[in-house]
Amino acid sequence: MIPLYVAQFGIVLAVFVALLLAAAVMVYSERKVAGLIQQRYGPYLVGPKGILQPFADVFKLIFKESLRPAAADTILFYAAPILSATAAFAAFAVVPFGAETTLFGLLKEPIRLQVADVNVAVLVVFAITSISIYGIVLAGWSSNSKYSLLGALRSASQMISYELSYGVSLASVLVVAGSLSLTEIVDAQQGTWLGFVPRWFVFLQPLGFVIFMIAGVAETNRSPFDFPEAEQELVAGYHTEYSSTPFMMFFLAEYINMVTTAAVATDLFLGGWHGPFLPESLGWIWFLIKTGAILFFYIWMRWTLPRLRYDQLMQFGWKVMLPLAALNLILTAAGVIYLGN
Amino acid sequence: MVPLGYYLLLSAILFATGTLGVFLRRNVITVLLSIEVMLNAVNLAFISFGRFQGSVDGQVIMFFVVTVAAAEAAVGLALVIALFRHRESLNPDAFTSLKW
Amino acid sequence: MLLFLLFAAVAVGASLMVVLGRNPMHSVLLLIVSFAALAAIYVGLDAPFAAVVQIIIYAGAIMVLFLFVVMLLNAHTEDEGAAGPTPAGKPLVAGVAVAAALVLELAWALARTRGTSGRTGGGGADASVLQSVRELGGVLYRDYSLAFEVTSILILVAMVGAVVLARRES
Repeated sequence: MIPLYVAQFGIVLAVFVALLLAAAVMVYSERKVAGLIQQRYGPYLVGPKGILQPFADVFKLIFKESLRPAAADTILFYAAPILSATAAFAAFAVVPFGAETTLFGLLKEPIRLQVADVNVAVLVVFAITSISIYGIVLAGWSSNSKYSLLGALRSASQMISYELSYGVSLASVLVVAGSLSLTEIVDAQQGTWLGFVPRWFVFLQPLGFVIFMIAGVAETNRSPFDFPEAEQELVAGYHTEYSSTPFMMFFLAEYINMVTTAAVATDLFLGGWHGPFLPESLGWIWFLIKTGAILFFYIWMRWTLPRLRYDQLMQFGWKVMLPLAALNLILTAAGVIYLGN
Repeated sequence: MVPLGYYLLLSAILFATGTLGVFLRRNVITVLLSIEVMLNAVNLAFISFGRFQGSVDGQVIMFFVVTVAAAEAAVGLALVIALFRHRESLNPDAFTSLKW
Repeated sequence: MLLFLLFAAVAVGASLMVVLGRNPMHSVLLLIVSFAALAAIYVGLDAPFAAVVQIIIYAGAIMVLFLFVVMLLNAHTEDEGAAGPTPAGKPLVAGVAVAAALVLELAWALARTRGTSGRTGGGGADASVLQSVRELGGVLYRDYSLAFEVTSILILVAMVGAVVLARRES
């Protein structure tokens, strides 16, 4: 029998390693899928079918020289990527990815596959996402370079604007589910209607799902909202002056933010780890499949859609997304009251 | 279990620190930051009283304080921007034209 | 207890450095650290929702606003005059006197009344009730509904006011 704290520590370790591997898989699949969309091979030299490419990238980045502009504010310059990466990892701490399990009978009592079970989990994710703005703003400001500063300010105002729609579409899900705890929200999506349509919230909240996905793309600074790192215009935006390991941390943070947003979307709208054909204890396989589908959609969007202009982006966020999200919330609340879900 | 007195003492120390900042600093933005420190101290006092009386009223009042602080910070900073455009200085001693 | 002392020390230290630091940019960031420490203390006070709200609104939105203004006005290069950030003389004496008076008076009052230090359990406080967001929402929307509506108007007024005040004369 393994004591509880050892199992919890094991989960923490497993989640950390899984996130790192997920980032590596994301790097590889991004370049491979980009290649396929653009009708060319992606990376194929390193390892069979190029699978070891992300590890080669990591090695290359680690051995590069780490530069710092002379006029940069040293503490903030190095604190910014650390803050970004830490916030990205920390947000995943409250996301559950599996049902209660006894780890194949090794434990006395079941534990959930979640690093920390708090009953305000949804808000914790939201809070940590709003902290990750600081990594970007500090990076841009402490680099003491105009491209960085412009990119950082644009990114920060974009992220704050889309945080509103993100939060309001979250609120619609909360109204339907009646709880702030991610585990309870997933458990409210068990079962099926008519025997084959799963009770996912995406069917109850289609508009909310669309708004959440778009806001998630904007929050993680991915195309078509990646104006802050627009290669054609701002050199590289807020991480222009970074190289080697700090640069790697920014990329790690971006990919892990994507993974976290996809995981939260899976938990909120796609039923988390519930799915047919598999026993509940293997539900995490379904979780991986659904999260993977959302991430593939992210990559697909990046290499298909053109980038929005900055003022178009802000207008879209304030004049279209926010009213739609508010309308969605009102309709959801009215529906819950009158239909008595 | 931490006694109530400790939380109140912490709240008083933070409030005193904020007051010190408002008296001392010659930079308008830092004065605004000190006011935020004071508001935080008050929040802590409310929540600890709410906890030790077993009601959620402390948290509710804390939300209102946070909301009012947000509104005040927004308007205060807009004022700072407008003042800066006028005088190119963030020192409150530069805005003395109404003194007799 | 140890956690409370740790977070309290961080909060007090960060607040002192906010007040006494030279660079407003560093002050803003240290204030964020202070907010995070206070949020941790709120979690220890059975108020996780308040802690998260503190992070989202205070540390996540208000401080970003402060950061923008500091960057926009280039406040980090503002030298506050020859006297430096904290002038000696009357303001220093007055400030320290008021601050010390506040703290000492409270400490004296707490030491005299044994009543508050005895209320460690909090008169039958039920932690699960305090933590319940549902309960919080009920009290907020029933008992404090007038304050809630008035606050929403206040925010609207503040928004309009901020936009109007910060606009350029063009």
